[in-house]
Amino acid sequence: MASAISPLAASSPSGTTVTAPKTRSYWSNVLRRFLKDRIAVACAVILLLLILAAIFAPWLDLADPYRGSMIKRLRPIGTEGLPLGSDEQGRDMLARLIYGGRLTLLIGLLPVVFAFFIATVLGVAAGYAGGWVNTVIMRTVDVFFAFPSVLLAIAISGALGAGIVNSLVSLTIVFIPPITRVAESVTSSVRSLDYIDAARASGGNALTIVRVHVLGNVLGPIFVYATSLTSVCMILAAGLSFLGIGVKPPEPEWGLMLNTLRTAIYVNPIVAALPGVMIFITSLCLNLLSDGLRSAMNVKD
Amino acid sequence: MTTVEKTQSPMLIYLLRRLLYVVPVAIGVSIICFLLVHIAPGDPLTSIMAVDATQEEQAAMRAAYGLDKPLPVQYGIWIGKAATGDLGQSIATGRPVVGEVFNAVRNSLLLAVAASLIAFPTGLFLGFVAGYFRDTVVDKAITAVAITGVSLPNYWLGIVLVIVFSVTLGWLPAMGAGPGSSGGSADWAWNWAHIRHLVLPAVTLSVVPIGIVARTVRALVGDIFSMDFVQALYAKGLNHGAVLRHVVRNAAPTAMSVMGIQLGYLLGGSILIETVFNWPGSGFLLSNAIFQRDLPLLQGTILVLALFFIFANLVVDVAQAAIDPRIKRN
Repeated sequence: MASAISPLAASSPSGTTVTAPKTRSYWSNVLRRFLKDRIAVACAVILLLLILAAIFAPWLDLADPYRGSMIKRLRPIGTEGLPLGSDEQGRDMLARLIYGGRLTLLIGLLPVVFAFFIATVLGVAAGYAGGWVNTVIMRTVDVFFAFPSVLLAIAISGALGAGIVNSLVSLTIVFIPPITRVAESVTSSVRSLDYIDAARASGGNALTIVRVHVLGNVLGPIFVYATSLTSVCMILAAGLSFLGIGVKPPEPEWGLMLNTLRTAIYVNPIVAALPGVMIFITSLCLNLLSDGLRSAMNVKD
Repeated sequence: MTTVEKTQSPMLIYLLRRLLYVVPVAIGVSIICFLLVHIAPGDPLTSIMAVDATQEEQAAMRAAYGLDKPLPVQYGIWIGKAATGDLGQSIATGRPVVGEVFNAVRNSLLLAVAASLIAFPTGLFLGFVAGYFRDTVVDKAITAVAITGVSLPNYWLGIVLVIVFSVTLGWLPAMGAGPGSSGGSADWAWNWAHIRHLVLPAVTLSVVPIGIVARTVRALVGDIFSMDFVQALYAKGLNHGAVLRHVVRNAAPTAMSVMGIQLGYLLGGSILIETVFNWPGSGFLLSNAIFQRDLPLLQGTILVLALFFIFANLVVDVAQAAIDPRIKRN
């Protein structure tokens, strides 16, 4: 038995050095496949532009998104000085749509990022440790799964009250359970493979094995799954503001703008629908980008 | 004991195991619903307490609502009453929560079923056609429709449909559930005066499940067609129609489970759509509860909706096991 351990132990570090260049070529393959997917690349570019516009909005020579005008309310698209018209308080729609991207994209994307990290820890721990750790984590997840995601988000936000931080908290809670489930299932399937047994037999402790042998194999599928949730998160985040339990006025935010412009559909329907167009474009791009990533990384669902 | 189990049907055992699993989940759900009130900032009674209430009056009020007891005791009292159908009284209206919730859930269910009747046949048809003609123009077109469906913020779609069909064309009403529905206790009737109110919200609500069902069924049918057994069936000399029947039977359990879950989601997920159309359902009730900080109502509505969702999933799983022998064996 002792003689059997030493060759395994010896192969473990050499194995990692051999796989290092191979990992790089995997990623360059992924990149090559992704760049061939014109739709996914186009979506990535659109999203990047939206994000850059949101970040650099103050330097874009836009009108003040907070300053209204009693006499210039609900002007149509193409009005002199108001390229996309004005809202119900006479504020410049172009400026508000671009500034609106700041909060909408932030609240629409950050919860999935937070949930990705928390759920990966929970799911990998549950999947790798098994036993009672798995039971405690996964049965708790089951309870949260018993709520439709929209209901859970609205329930928590409704109880906590409106506000940016509260929205981030409630949406993060909503997305932890589904990602944890995926992380747990990928981890337990990896854990049953022979090379993990080999690593354990060679005396690696649990943390090292997870870091070196498990994470590399599970992060890809978990990441792809998480990206597929960004579109839903985006729609939900704007939806919370639309209901009045997300971002508070007068902040520009697409969902909130859609809400405050609802009464304007009789006067200027096209301007009233514009914030929704932004939400739709963003969520469509997120979905197509996620599909592109999935096929580029060869992840099966 | 083992001999008894062997003589029992695997379906019964599966049913019992599934029921046993539901109980702890339902308890967990009730705990979350209960705690919602306690994560809420501020005193739940501030909205009804007089501004100049003295310390004693405040304490009396708190005792009247049972808020002076420790949390586990409060939970015990609450869940004990809930089990007998008493979810307390609405702080805003003073009416029993149960009655309000069931009226609202009935309206939501109506909307969810109407949306499913539109979404499921459409989604199944689109998904099957796309999977059958995989990697052709037809498939690409349907996939584009499906991904558009799942990407649409449906509350916005609702507004756009109102702009087109109510504001511009004037064909369909933009709000409410028809004559006599404003009070929340809708006098629903199956006549055009009521059904015309159902059209826009149901269509709006059906778009996302159409996309999800179509995408799932497409992948499912495409995979099944590329399996060896399909080749074997053709080789055996079966005609096209008979092979299709086999494919449909193989796809049915998964497709059913997706649809069942979607039905549950429609019930709990219609909140935003109900707000857009002022539909007097559970979502409408929920947003009222949130804005009036009517916490018993919020608690009760969410509990009932979540239990409905668990029940829907249970029915789906059992139905799936009934038609798919593989599940019972696990």
